[in-house]
Amino acid sequence: MSKWAEPGVAALVIIALATPAFAEGYGLGRPATDAEIAAWDIDIRPDGQGLPEGQGTPLEGEEIYAGQCAVCHGDFGEGVDRWPILVGGFDTLTEDRPVKTIGSYWPFASTVWDYVHRAMPFGEAQSLSDDEVYAIVAYLLYMNDIIEDEEAVLSRETFADVEMPNADGFIPDDRPDMATLQQGEPCMRDCTDAPLKVIMRARVLDVTPEGE
Amino acid sequence: MTLSRRNLLAGAAGSAALATTVARADDPAITELPDWSVYLGDGVDAAPYGVPSEYEADAIRRDVPWLTADPVSSVNFTPLHKLEGIITPNGLCFERHHSGVAQIDPTEHRLMINGLVDKPLVFTMEDIRRFPRENRIYFLECAANTGMEWRGAQLNGCQFTHGMVHCVQYTGVPLRYLLEEAGVRTNAKWIMPEGADASAMTRSIPLEKALDDCMVAFAMNGEALRPEQGYPLRIVVPGWEGNMWVKWLRRIEVGDEPWHHREETSKYTDLLESGKARRFTWEMDVKSVITNPSPQAPITHGKGHTVLSGIAWSGRGTVERVDVSIDGGRNWTTARIDGPSHTKALHRFYHEFDWDGSPLLLQSRAIDSEGWVQPTKDALRAMRGTESIYHNNSIQTWHVRKGGEVENVEVG
Ligand code: HEC
Repeated sequence: MSKWAEPGVAALVIIALATPAFAEGYGLGRPATDAEIAAWDIDIRPDGQGLPEGQGTPLEGEEIYAGQCAVCHGDFGEGVDRWPILVGGFDTLTEDRPVKTIGSYWPFASTVWDYVHRAMPFGEAQSLSDDEVYAIVAYLLYMNDIIEDEEAVLSRETFADVEMPNADGFIPDDRPDMATLQQGEPCMRDCTDAPLKVIMRARVLDVTPEGE
Repeated sequence: MTLSRRNLLAGAAGSAALATTVARADDPAITELPDWSVYLGDGVDAAPYGVPSEYEADAIRRDVPWLTADPVSSVNFTPLHKLEGIITPNGLCFERHHSGVAQIDPTEHRLMINGLVDKPLVFTMEDIRRFPRENRIYFLECAANTGMEWRGAQLNGCQFTHGMVHCVQYTGVPLRYLLEEAGVRTNAKWIMPEGADASAMTRSIPLEKALDDCMVAFAMNGEALRPEQGYPLRIVVPGWEGNMWVKWLRRIEVGDEPWHHREETSKYTDLLESGKARRFTWEMDVKSVITNPSPQAPITHGKGHTVLSGIAWSGRGTVERVDVSIDGGRNWTTARIDGPSHTKALHRFYHEFDWDGSPLLLQSRAIDSEGWVQPTKDALRAMRGTESIYHNNSIQTWHVRKGGEVENVEVG
């Protein structure tokens, strides 16, 4: 189908036909300048694409973290009250209450750089310098036993050396894992043996907000 | 349904008896003139932007304060039990923000397309409105909808168990037109929408989906997007996780690999019992819930003719069929779908029956146009465990007691 809406009048038909729709597009928008792209293009990829110049060590990061992050995430990344936990949870992914952190769950270190830079500290996003982000990321990796030396320099060059413990922890979407009509029509009559009983009630847990 | 035939006869006999034996008192709602039939009401200048009747004060979004640390990175829920049809009113669409609601001046808003394109471009809102527009009705469901129920029945109300879904008509421009304008390079495979709010939300979306049915929308249900839904511009990703529908859309980068950002690694990955997690689980599975009766909407009229109503949806197409059970899944009857059936939109279903006043265990089971069937809680847990958080599309059970009171239960 043509991109052009059906013209209502003859004059419009001529204009429409005279303009090659797909080749030229609509002629809308204007070119982005290099400085504009640089200002907004802040994303980082696992292969390092997007990482800026700069560097930092866990030791440098510790100080910035204490001043800007610990109030919510805790001195040791343990999470104050219900603010997110950032450290630990190793080997808990098969347990009853898994604890998902940078150390136990995140597959890529680049994600830490990207996220801290774009969204943290909470309420003051994009206020950290590139060196500060490198230092904080180094410190978060250090607290998670991923970087061992507190004076190790994290930079665009050394980033590729970081190995995340749960890098192999992910699989592609393999749904459908539930029965579809291909396995046959669902049961309509006498689908269970005995009449069913209530085995659990929401009110017992009593977690519904006030006023309900 | 054999049950209702028997009940119908019993019910008919019962009401006939009532009519002959009880002399009714006259209804003052008829015999006495109310104020509104005597005095003048407000003029046309009283409400330049209308609001619902004061008697509908209960039809509001609600949140669960203990769920999150701070209301600016939190969620509230659509009052599904108060709604009819398939369209959600703009002011009742659930909200999920990661850094609060950005208040953006549309004249200051820009959309940039950069990355693997021939011409990186910048659009103003005025530019976007000059592309050909489309109107499409889609549901948007948070992948964590019903996430609180993995371990068992928790929250008493479909607003809380299922209220992270809404369905509106979007007006916008097919994303394809914008990408074609910039000229997508042949090695491009992915796009990454990014928000202008303080969370600068990002997700990786396959280019194939972007060129298929994604839109950039500036209006919902006929008016400009609400700020909490991304005013002035959001991306629409039909049928896929709500988190991907980036609000306050400021940029789309085109690339050859996914970005693996926080919202597709730390979050929105589905941990299985093996300790491995599924990633890139974009489609929202076929799902339904009975909205009336439900814990916040008990049966108040006593036994007799009863209307059961609910919604069903699938991220893979239309809903072909909804079956309803009133005995906890032992026997099923196909419900009546009424109203339009759009792909990747809510569907409204009804089941009318004669309630004999005995306890009921209500369930609904949807089947979509691809043949996917809504599973039981047991089947889903047997396959995935209880730590997935996301994509819980299992069958919900409501227990109706003798008095008509309803609670969220599990049966076995
Ligand atoms: C005012 C409280 C606060 C402060 C201060 C703060 N954060 Fe956060 N942080 C949050 C909240 C809230 C979230 C979750 C946001 C969301 O819902 O998307 C978060 C999320 C994160 C995450 C992702 C956690 C996960 O498991 O996905 C990281 C990493 C993080 N913060 C690092 C930092 C760093 C580094 C700093 C200091 C530069 C910092 N934060 C300062 C509140 C805070």
